[in-house]
Amino acid sequence: MSQYMEDFDEGKIIEEIEELLTTFRKDTFYILPALQTIQMKYGYVPKRSIALIGDYFNVSHNRVYGIATFYNQFKFNPPGKYQIKVCLGTACHVKGAEIILENFERKLGINEGETTKDRKYSLERVACVGCCSLAPVVVVNEDVEGYMMPSKVEGLIEKHRIEEEMEQRKEKETVDES
Amino acid sequence: MNLNEKYEILKKTALEQWNNLKDSEDIVIYVGNVTCGRAAGSQATISAFVKLLEENNIKGRVVPVGCNGHCYAEPIVIIQNPGFPPLMYKNINPGEAGVLVRAFLLEGDPCFDYLIGSLIPDDNFPTINDYPRFLFEKKVVMDLCGYIDPYNIYHYIANDGYNGLVKALGMSQKDIIEEIKNSKLRGRGGAGFPTGVKWEITYNAKGNFKTIICNGDEGDPGAYMDRTIMESNPHQLLEGILIGAYAIGAENAILYIRAEYPLAVNTVKAAINDAKKLNLLGENILGTGISINVSVFQGAGAFVCGEETALIESIEGRRGMPRIKPPYPAEKGFRDEPTLINNVKTLSNIPYIIKKGADKFKEIGTENSPGTAIFSIVGDVNYPGLVEIPMGVTLNHLIFDICGGIKDDKNFKAVQIGGPSGGCLPEKFLETPIDFDSLKKAGAMMGSGGMVIMDDTNCMVEVARYFLDFTQKESCGKCTFCRIGTRQLLEILHRITIGEGTANDLNILEELCEVIIKGSLCGLGKTAPNPVLTTLRYFRDEYLAHIEEKQCPALMCRKLIAFYIDLEKCARGCDACVGCCPTEAIFTTKKSRKKAIDQEKCVKCGECVKACPPEYDAVEIVSPPELAPIITEE
Repeated sequence: MSQYMEDFDEGKIIEEIEELLTTFRKDTFYILPALQTIQMKYGYVPKRSIALIGDYFNVSHNRVYGIATFYNQFKFNPPGKYQIKVCLGTACHVKGAEIILENFERKLGINEGETTKDRKYSLERVACVGCCSLAPVVVVNEDVEGYMMPSKVEGLIEKHRIEEEMEQRKEKETVDES
Repeated sequence: MNLNEKYEILKKTALEQWNNLKDSEDIVIYVGNVTCGRAAGSQATISAFVKLLEENNIKGRVVPVGCNGHCYAEPIVIIQNPGFPPLMYKNINPGEAGVLVRAFLLEGDPCFDYLIGSLIPDDNFPTINDYPRFLFEKKVVMDLCGYIDPYNIYHYIANDGYNGLVKALGMSQKDIIEEIKNSKLRGRGGAGFPTGVKWEITYNAKGNFKTIICNGDEGDPGAYMDRTIMESNPHQLLEGILIGAYAIGAENAILYIRAEYPLAVNTVKAAINDAKKLNLLGENILGTGISINVSVFQGAGAFVCGEETALIESIEGRRGMPRIKPPYPAEKGFRDEPTLINNVKTLSNIPYIIKKGADKFKEIGTENSPGTAIFSIVGDVNYPGLVEIPMGVTLNHLIFDICGGIKDDKNFKAVQIGGPSGGCLPEKFLETPIDFDSLKKAGAMMGSGGMVIMDDTNCMVEVARYFLDFTQKESCGKCTFCRIGTRQLLEILHRITIGEGTANDLNILEELCEVIIKGSLCGLGKTAPNPVLTTLRYFRDEYLAHIEEKQCPALMCRKLIAFYIDLEKCARGCDACVGCCPTEAIFTTKKSRKKAIDQEKCVKCGECVKACPPEYDAVEIVSPPELAPIITEE
């Protein structure tokens, strides 16, 4: 949780982004890579970074905002700790991916594109992750889960909750030992 | 030292490494470990093998390789055990890995249960070519995929890799272009434009800073061959790019890879570094004085960027909106300089043509579409995955002979070819040969090679709605007809699938399709209506059933169907369906103690149909929903 709160230290973020930008040559070729680097680092594109990028590459803020909203990769909201991406490619669709997405929405109590209040889970749809023969597919962070079923949804959420609990317990144990 | 001598030195090192692996006296286990394998659990398999070899004191090593396209069998493992031919196994998870190590490696029982076959002919084992799925394939581009380590450049060189580049560097630029033109290779990105002609135009165009771009922005949902090639054999692609760059006189090469493929990006970046170390790219390649810089540009997730001018816009740091053509990129592309854009598959064909010659290449496939086609076949077939076949093979042969026909003995209904820009073809087109021209004539198109096979449980109206939902979201918004037209199409289709269609809807659909095709600048808009047009043409009955009878014949549109449990068939005391229901809609009736579905809570996911034991088979689906009997708790 703490690491997500830190993200809201705006002054720090601006400083970091300004520093990050200096690694790019001032060429419009690098606008997209710059946005991608920021997205990779924070999991989203903080709104303030739009102006910073525009100023750095000497283009209008509008243009940068246009780019950031045009491409699906960029998000303006901080993601959850577990980013759940439900594939809605053709193969997944004909095997009922829509129902799986709905099930996630129901179990997590959020709509697609949203993050749960505790910032644990965020839910989004993706067009195709290229694992069509394992359809339907759900990607959690980097892990691809093939052959999903509506009835497996709860288990998948539970799995991460348990994993997290075990981690916390372990951490506590190590703290206790020391 | 001349070019060839330098290459021979590289090859010698490579062959030493390769033979060391192939003639190893120890056990070698190859595990397919790219995105699709990983999704099926190959990484757990690898760790299991490593651990098991160590625990049992077996001398051996585990080599991660690419994917050979047989996705139904993932994770695929090839075991090279001295005394046996190399054997290929299917669906090897950690549990099976344990069995293989104990039974095969320790006791010499080759575990026929998991075996696919031997890679080479052998008296004691079936060989992989005994299966039609292997036998009828003709591998040109994917020949080495799944058999070499993509992160080891020497594996590729040992298999004659980069020989094409060396040969090309010894030829004049014009000769290379002539050879490609002579091979009649057509762009594998979808449109089928002759590659050699494109190269010639770019070569002849005047400019100071020519660029070659490899289009790896594989956005079609349902197609993943470019990903597999980039992840399984990146050096073959690099070789093709380098030959292309030299032929047109470009010093700058960009690989545009979509952001959703992180592993492909990593693999290609590693390949570029390795090739640079051996001086196969970068400054002064192998001492020839030719310099070609290769870089990777990550797409940011926009389907329209597969269109070449939109792709250039995106590299230049703008929104990916197509430009008006002409001028074509071959004359004015990246930074207004001549730019050659070729697809991953097209460029991966180049080394073969240069090495073996255009005539050898033309022996494969048909006269007007020589070479092979790679399809990603998904959906309701028995052996889905990537299939590389000669052009001109019929759909029937591909679907029924090679891919094992329809799953669960259901009936074939349609095949969707070419992704969102393609069309749905019904049974009567099964004898159509697969090549650029025949498919176009049938109303579909080759596209990037995605093929979704659908059985009779798929509703064609819903399929058309799905594709329009996709194109509507991905339309860049530049042309009014594409932006607003696709939205209108989608809304009408949506209305039909929820049973609110009107008699006039079909006419409006047809009219809209026509104007969208006329009024759009790029391929996205021009082809977006294809799924609607083909389903309207071949499956009109289904549209009419939705509109007139409010009924979905395929029992797929959820607003138009209902599930109920047949009390005659349901077994007392069986709880199989209750546990699987995600909304707790299934209850027990008080009198008969059997199960029933609360229609208010039911989301129609179909899980109970799967869960109901086949000996009861008590869950029924009906359309329209009013046909379901009302069962109360009493």
